[in-house]
Amino acid sequence: MDAVVVQDLVKTYGPTRALDGVSLTVPEGTVLGLLGPNGAGKTTAVRVLTTLLRPDSGSATVAGIDVLKDPAAVRRTIGLAGQYAAVDDKLTGAENLRLVGKLYHLPKQQIAARADELLARFDLVEAGGRVVKTYSGGMRRRLDLAGALVNKPRVLFLDEPTTGLDPRSRLGLWEVLEDLVADGTTLLLTTQYLEEADRLADRIVVIDRGRVIAEGTSDSLKDEVGGSVLVVRAADPPQTEQAREVLARFGEVTDLTGGELQVQGGSVDLVRKAATALAKAGVEITDLALRRPTLDDVFLQLTGHAAEDEEGAA
Amino acid sequence: MTAALSDALAVTGRNLRRIRREPEVLFFSTVQPIIFVLLFRYVFGGAIKIPGLSYVDFLMPGIFVQTTAFASTGTGVALADDLSKGIIDRFRSLPMARSAVLAGRSLSDLARILFTVLVMVVVGVAVGLRFHQGLAKAVAAIALVAFFGFAFTWISAWIGLSVKTVEAANLAGFVWLFPLTFASSAFAPVNTMPGWLQAFAKATPVTPTVDAVRALINGGPTARPLLISLCWLVAITAVFSTLAVRKYRSIS
Repeated sequence: MDAVVVQDLVKTYGPTRALDGVSLTVPEGTVLGLLGPNGAGKTTAVRVLTTLLRPDSGSATVAGIDVLKDPAAVRRTIGLAGQYAAVDDKLTGAENLRLVGKLYHLPKQQIAARADELLARFDLVEAGGRVVKTYSGGMRRRLDLAGALVNKPRVLFLDEPTTGLDPRSRLGLWEVLEDLVADGTTLLLTTQYLEEADRLADRIVVIDRGRVIAEGTSDSLKDEVGGSVLVVRAADPPQTEQAREVLARFGEVTDLTGGELQVQGGSVDLVRKAATALAKAGVEITDLALRRPTLDDVFLQLTGHAAEDEEGAA
Repeated sequence: MTAALSDALAVTGRNLRRIRREPEVLFFSTVQPIIFVLLFRYVFGGAIKIPGLSYVDFLMPGIFVQTTAFASTGTGVALADDLSKGIIDRFRSLPMARSAVLAGRSLSDLARILFTVLVMVVVGVAVGLRFHQGLAKAVAAIALVAFFGFAFTWISAWIGLSVKTVEAANLAGFVWLFPLTFASSAFAPVNTMPGWLQAFAKATPVTPTVDAVRALINGGPTARPLLISLCWLVAITAVFSTLAVRKYRSIS
């Protein structure tokens, strides 16, 4: 059975079509990564699915319940952790979780126990009695996620759960999410980190400007882009232009972030030829490698811009 | 209904806990009216002569009403804060009563306003205020002041939900209260003002409320100002709670 079914969602803000006919499904017990740059419509989609926003048209069901017809029943079934850790920084961690438990109408005697259980699970036992203002960014996120789990939701929505976290906290959160999914929770997460989608998601839906532009597994998306690519980095930034001219003889050259150049259709033969040609032209290089496409390449190819290009734009 | 009530009380408890965690905010929010009391009582008190009444008895009802008006602005600021931090989104994604966020907010702010008024009563008594009409009328006076504050919290809630940022809520919530509370019978008799200002002062809810509180404390004709004040406060509560609830529902 599909835990989430979305059909043809449209939501406009004035002239902007935040959602321009999005359809997707998430089979029960799987992870869907909703990938896209800022302003692509990821958050809007999550807000519709979590009953915070009514779409202009289209339909959606979560755990078999119609989001538009019975939002109250959807709210009892889901957990949501939004883009900003929505925890009360003047309450303690434990108080935050107990408040959420109360508002989920858990039986009184279970509220404190459930809060303690979640604090333990998220490694917040010692911090549980402290005011959230004193927490680090990673701890706030973990508490926010714990809040989303108070009601043991069958379907969990996470909107950019690791944005702004340091790499170690991000890794920790990924492990927690993997445990949840292993326990059977269906997860829909949005991210602009391709690495995150690569690691966590069973299936990926790429959206851009309110439309689904690709979907599949991480591998199938990479295959769509094509085989390996050749990546070259010139020793001196001024020589990058020269390197580009040389490489253009072998195929289409695209710019990667950090001054790297990429040539489609990488092969061992190409590596040899390119190395020779670059040496002949007097271009010094620090790196020349054959690389399997990453989701970044997929994104670049699909949208014509990098995933994090528009950071801060929305 | 019981779920709606318990949800509202849960939110109230959360709001009151926040106030307790920041005693300095509560402290400083009472310091300002105390300074007003001292300034008016001792700077202007000698210059303003009220026939048949000591200035402190005249002044304190005005201070009570102004203090609650200013205190009501906290409602909008707190709602704008919750809105900008995503707390309201979290609440809206929970299976709780839709009314609970606003109901809880107005309950906790009523408690906060009552506390402030009681502090002002103590300060007033310390600088010479006396309740000349007995305990029952004194309680009625305090209740009317609290109702005035409660009505104004709904205006503030509507402003806070409309502007959505804490800074704007602060400014938009405050600025109009200065002319509204000063151009009234709160600090000086209305009949000493120029004609056009008298017309304004008499047409606001502040003057009849101050007059009624004053009459309940000091004596004098009570029924007419009390009735006008109650009409105002019921109307303000009805109109602005409707507007605030509508604004809350349209948040997306």
